[in-house]
Amino acid sequence: MQEKVLMKGNEAIAEAAILAGCRHYFGYPITPQTEVAAYMSKKMPKIGGTFLQAESEIAAINMVYGVASTGKRVMTSSSSPGIALKAEGISYLAGADLPALILNVQRGGPGLGGIQPSQADYYFATRGPGHGDFHVLVLAPASVQEMADLTAKAFALAEKYRMPAMLLADGTMGQMMEPVALPDPVDLNGEAPEWATTGTKMQRKHNIANSLYLSPAELERTNIERFERYAKIEEEEPMWEEFMMEDADICIVSCGITARVSRNAIVEARKQGIKVGMIRPITLWPFPKKPLAAAAEKVKSFLCVELNMGQMKEDVELAIRCKKPVDLCFRVGGMIPSPDEVLAAIKNAAEKEA
Amino acid sequence: MEIKRLTLFAGHYGSGKTNIALNWARFLKETGKKVTIADCDIVNPYFRTKDAEEDLAKEGIGLICSPFANSNVDLPAMPKEIYTLVEERDEYGVLDIGGDDRGALALGRYVPAIREENDYEMLLVINKARPLTRNAADTIEVMREMELACGLPFTGIVNNTNLGPETTPEIVRQSLGYANEIAQLTGLPVKMTTVREDLAPALQEVENLFPIRIRKLYYHLDGGTQWQN
Repeated sequence: MQEKVLMKGNEAIAEAAILAGCRHYFGYPITPQTEVAAYMSKKMPKIGGTFLQAESEIAAINMVYGVASTGKRVMTSSSSPGIALKAEGISYLAGADLPALILNVQRGGPGLGGIQPSQADYYFATRGPGHGDFHVLVLAPASVQEMADLTAKAFALAEKYRMPAMLLADGTMGQMMEPVALPDPVDLNGEAPEWATTGTKMQRKHNIANSLYLSPAELERTNIERFERYAKIEEEEPMWEEFMMEDADICIVSCGITARVSRNAIVEARKQGIKVGMIRPITLWPFPKKPLAAAAEKVKSFLCVELNMGQMKEDVELAIRCKKPVDLCFRVGGMIPSPDEVLAAIKNAAEKEA
Repeated sequence: MEIKRLTLFAGHYGSGKTNIALNWARFLKETGKKVTIADCDIVNPYFRTKDAEEDLAKEGIGLICSPFANSNVDLPAMPKEIYTLVEERDEYGVLDIGGDDRGALALGRYVPAIREENDYEMLLVINKARPLTRNAADTIEVMREMELACGLPFTGIVNNTNLGPETTPEIVRQSLGYANEIAQLTGLPVKMTTVREDLAPALQEVENLFPIRIRKLYYHLDGGTQWQN
């Protein structure tokens, strides 16, 4: 850990990526994540890295594909509409089993929407952002410190499972400033992984980074193999945080900025004698199904707090097999609920169960 | 600090300009002056002077900001009323300039009028705890880029070194040498050292201490978080 500095979430991700050994960034500016590109443009030339502002989001993600196929750490960043443009390239990365980091600092939608914070890309990220049968790893930070810590984690997971990882932040996470202790630099040994397209040295057959299969049977086999890998990830990699869950009657499920607002509301509700706690998913795919299923045995109801119309609520209902009622407290369009609004939703849930 | 008619706060983004500008405007108001604060930020989409709109109205402080601030319109436009503030010369003005050289560029159009009147302070807000202004050389590089972009040289320094909610008096004390080094290298005086008001009693020995009130955000994450998997 290094000495603490005061950073915006967007800067923390950029610096954490550099510390994690990422030397290649391709992007196209869009609010509210432009500071990532601005930071990279200042820093990369000084450390022998590549910063390239592509002519479009589509070009940027295909440049990511190029570097990823050499086994080097590479990233791109954008916000909701820009990520939609990258969807084709993300699917190609998944189809070619290439690791890469994609940052989505979400803003309101659909369409051009707005520039204020949102979590409305939950479905888009967790259901495989692109065409075809695939997943990406999805991590949702709830502080500037986590923006930094999850960046290194995302790179590592992406490489371990040879698949793209997405950091799914909301606009507030990108823009807010907090003290952060940056991680120590990662020492990558520099050796290309065995699948990389970095030259054969006349010692092996050449590798191809490809997502086109001429034989339907072979394509079927790669899909099935990929999903066997996904099953292992769902078993081993879910991450979450529990807060005041020991004796809770109501379990809030929330991630990112709304988890922080909820935390304030929980503390206030406890003062008023309502037993409420929170399970905060940190990985959204794989979704932490087990702790939620376990909580369903103990609590009376769940309450999802989201910046969308209830997208994560569906995953909660699936995880608990609809064993208990799941309420929803939401704001959309760039609005954020106040702790009082969440508190009112908690009281409402408590009355229903009484 | 001697009070000039116009006080401009500029600096690397995230250095704390907006909070300091709000507090300086309040200070001027408390000394009985007619004052208006102008949000000249064309860079930041969130956390704008406009967030304090209601408080400012109650306190009788004028606010000039883009009609698009805090909206979904991502348009880097300057409000026309800034011309009135700069050219009419009938009240005190506090100008909050957007971050970096890109933010300072937009100030350029008012510079001829500001220079002509010559009753201004152009203050460089610095924070040693920000990663791109950790030392004097880097901070001065950012400063020169801004001067070049807007065409108005700085007249003084505001040392706003802080680590957000984790700021301690020690962190402020340790930054005094950094601020003095920048002052020596640039020939500019350190006009103020700004600290969160609850830290001020512990720092009475600091020259030109200016305690500031900070708008509290409601999403503090208390304590460390424990991951499970």
